[in-house]
Amino acid sequence: MQEFLQQLVNGITWGSIYALIALGYTMVYGILRFINFAHGDVYMVGAYIAYYLVAAFGLSAGGGTPLAALLILLGAMLGAAGLGIIIEQAAYKPLRRQPRLTVLITAIGVSLLLENGGILVFGADPKFFPQILTSRSVRLPGGALTTSHQLLVLGGALVLMVALSLVVYKSRIGRAMRALSFNRDAANLMGIPTDRIITFTFALGSALAAAAGVLVALSTPRIDPLMGLLPGLKAFVAAVLGGIGNIPGAMLGGLVLGLAETLVSGYISSTYRDAIAFAVLIVILLVRPAGLLGRAVSEKV
Amino acid sequence: MRRPFVLRAALTVGLLGLLLVLEKVFPHLINQYAARLMILSGINIMLAVSLNLINGFTGQFSLGHAGFMAIGGYTSGYFAITAGPRVLSALGATPTDPGAGAALMLVLGLLIGGGAAALAGLLIGIPTLRLRGDYLAIATLGLGEIIRVVILNIEAVGGARGLNNIPSYTSFFWVYLMVALTIVVNWNLVRSRHGRALLAVREDEVAAESLGVPTTRYKVLAFTVGAAFAGMAGSLFAHYLRYLNTNSFSFLKSFEVVIMVVLGGMGSITGSVSAAILLTLLPEFLRPIKAYRMVIYALLLVLLMLLRPQGIFGAGEPNPRALLRRLWPRRAPAPGGGS
Repeated sequence: MQEFLQQLVNGITWGSIYALIALGYTMVYGILRFINFAHGDVYMVGAYIAYYLVAAFGLSAGGGTPLAALLILLGAMLGAAGLGIIIEQAAYKPLRRQPRLTVLITAIGVSLLLENGGILVFGADPKFFPQILTSRSVRLPGGALTTSHQLLVLGGALVLMVALSLVVYKSRIGRAMRALSFNRDAANLMGIPTDRIITFTFALGSALAAAAGVLVALSTPRIDPLMGLLPGLKAFVAAVLGGIGNIPGAMLGGLVLGLAETLVSGYISSTYRDAIAFAVLIVILLVRPAGLLGRAVSEKV
Repeated sequence: MRRPFVLRAALTVGLLGLLLVLEKVFPHLINQYAARLMILSGINIMLAVSLNLINGFTGQFSLGHAGFMAIGGYTSGYFAITAGPRVLSALGATPTDPGAGAALMLVLGLLIGGGAAALAGLLIGIPTLRLRGDYLAIATLGLGEIIRVVILNIEAVGGARGLNNIPSYTSFFWVYLMVALTIVVNWNLVRSRHGRALLAVREDEVAAESLGVPTTRYKVLAFTVGAAFAGMAGSLFAHYLRYLNTNSFSFLKSFEVVIMVVLGGMGSITGSVSAAILLTLLPEFLRPIKAYRMVIYALLLVLLMLLRPQGIFGAGEPNPRALLRRLWPRRAPAPGGGS
């Protein structure tokens, strides 16, 4: 029972990371209907920005205050948002009216560019992210052991998801985003500056991915230029799982995926960990092709 | 336009002869590095042309081609290691000196590898091809990864250590014979009655269905044929490198093949062939600039997509006559007579 609770906590922690990345995928997909494969690499860049900020502040292991950590998180989010805007303007905007497949290949190209650019700029060797906040173990009710870092990841992810929901569902710009995902041309005719909203969406999604990167770096302190590859792909799976284009769906999908992964690697075999995400995805797609929370779209003839 | 039988037979014999002559002559003309690139280009051509059948002609976006290649490579390699010595000794040959047995073993390997991959394509295709567009893409990507992880967990084929000591049977002749076969089969398939059904599925699935085209059956057909050729490419790959590791068959390999198809132009066999060669050689040409190599490669890819989104050859095959006319424009009489 105690071990099960332990796995549950681990699963929810990873799940919240997947959920944060998945939100960026799902928002972009909701509006532009294409898979932004470079999104996982924005997560990696986010972690590296934080790494260099830590170095710039001259912080060492255990020497940071929560305020410094928050500043670093915000800095990385801001930097990644800028990167997201650059990517959107340079690579995706010129292809707005092209077939989606072309955009998809471009996205793969941008992803390769970020990974190999990362190897060039940051070096191919993994870097050690200093533990600026000391980690304490915390005993949860029920006996499961966790660390303060894990709780930090969970809390951070939760706060960000609430903030995002407020932006999307309560603000003016969020309403515009939802209008765009409903019908881009109609939104344009209603006077919504579609291009600016798309750019904003990319910035928002990239900031969340960077936040996920920083939170991961805080708890598992090895970062390398290819670290975004698999989490990015799995986060996309999470987005599809929950119903792509659907924001609560991305959060749910992330949690389901994180739990499935940790439970399988805990109880069956850890070598199957990377396959389980896809197995869950395929089962769900075959049973509910629109995802857990997605609406089935009937085909117009 | 159907060519007469004699002409086709002559073309086939001519091609075989040419390949045999080239096989004997090449070792004296080019170094090992160039020979290696030619073989890898050939394998990539097979992958790109067969994926083009699924992605380009049938419009079903598959991202799991590396998985089928892995199945072909591993089954054929495993067969050659375990059953090979017995087959060879029945022929009076030994594994160290297989003689003509090598050709037989390779053909058997191609059949087994291609067959296993086709079977996998069929089994995977029937449930997943109900999905459309991006959902199909992500499901096939997932299945490709699942295949890879399952192979990684099979101890009999080496697991994480990889499959070692696969006998070396692949040669220039066999690779390009298979390339020719892949191109001919795909070319003729697309121009047949079945091919028109595939195109109809791509252009408008609903309309095709309502006109009586069994769309699911055709999608599965394209998927299975594509998988079979990917499997054969895998078995050539296995018997060339003599060592297989699941890392060679990750989704990055599938991406690479998709890039070839899209870059060449979806639904253009000429395009797939050219892009496969281009993308095999490009990283090699960029080798002198070392660390910048993959950055430039990625940059070129993005630029090409931005500048020519329809791919190098667009959706069709180049028309040699039109090309000649553009190079040497015939002086047409000026309209209206004039002076």
